[in-house]
Amino acid sequence: MGMLDKKYHDSNIIIVSLEKALNWARKNSLWYEQFGLACCAIEMMATAASRYDFDRFGIIPRSSPRQADVMIVAGTVTMKMASRIKRLYEQMSEPRYVISMGSCSNCGGPYWEHGYHVLKGVDKVIPVDVYVPGCPPRPEALLEGFLKLQEIITGESVIKKKDEELEAVKAEIIDSNKNED
Amino acid sequence: MKTPEEIFNYLTNQFGEEDLSFESRDIGQPWITVLASKIREVSKFLRDDSELLFDTLMCLSGIHYPKEEELGVAYHLHSTKLTHNIALKVRVPESKPNVPSVESIWKTANWHEREAWDMVGVVFDDHPNHKRILLPDDWEGHPLRKDYVQQEFYQGMPTGE
Repeated sequence: MGMLDKKYHDSNIIIVSLEKALNWARKNSLWYEQFGLACCAIEMMATAASRYDFDRFGIIPRSSPRQADVMIVAGTVTMKMASRIKRLYEQMSEPRYVISMGSCSNCGGPYWEHGYHVLKGVDKVIPVDVYVPGCPPRPEALLEGFLKLQEIITGESVIKKKDEELEAVKAEIIDSNKNED
Repeated sequence: MKTPEEIFNYLTNQFGEEDLSFESRDIGQPWITVLASKIREVSKFLRDDSELLFDTLMCLSGIHYPKEEELGVAYHLHSTKLTHNIALKVRVPESKPNVPSVESIWKTANWHEREAWDMVGVVFDDHPNHKRILLPDDWEGHPLRKDYVQQEFYQGMPTGE
């Protein structure tokens, strides 16, 4: 390639933008909040067990929301549980993500019409990043969900977000000035 | 071991025929309808009498009869020593759905009665812990009643679509 190639050949140095390095690190250490609500939790456990092995993606279960990056809502969200889910989500530190696993937490599933006790989709309470369909989804489907989440994280940018916020604030100020005139 | 008819006759010898009646259909198990105010007395006798010995309350269910505007409770009893079974039923008006608790006789009744209260709204007098068992404490209504109308919001969360 040239001079750079030779220069860094022996000392194991990689040059990459900070943002990419951060995102790479984040997406490969997704710690999830163990959150089994119903039969989907069995599939989630199977995904974490040796055959499908979440750990090869750096995905490991945490028992505290404060240590978790992502919450898998695995199962039927009852009205009684919904407020607990909301609290757990609020206890997670940012950046935080939510994977809604299975039909029940996506939209109410088999309870959507006559289930008086079921919340019709966990997205009525907390924001969801990835929806995994299925009843329950197979471990491959949940893994696919995590790969989608990794895609989302790869595309994220700390600086861009700041810029966007700044632009929004600027636009607001300009608008308010116009109104005053 | 006694058949349901024999158990009924044995009970009427003890309590008289006014408060008890025997009913059966072509399909299913026959049952004895008991006056609500007598249920605890009858239950205690069923458990303790040496020829009955109903030591197990297998199930206790709440029932809603919308046409008659009544609520009911069904007790399914079993004797592990004498291996016979009997079903008891109690009916009370919706306006005053009070049934004496049999928790002091069979401990199984504790949670079952709470469930019957939670789902159908039967009130069990003298129950030691008379509150909902499945639904949250601030839920409105009893969902297994035939005329149940679901609340639109629960703690600000929509219960429907």
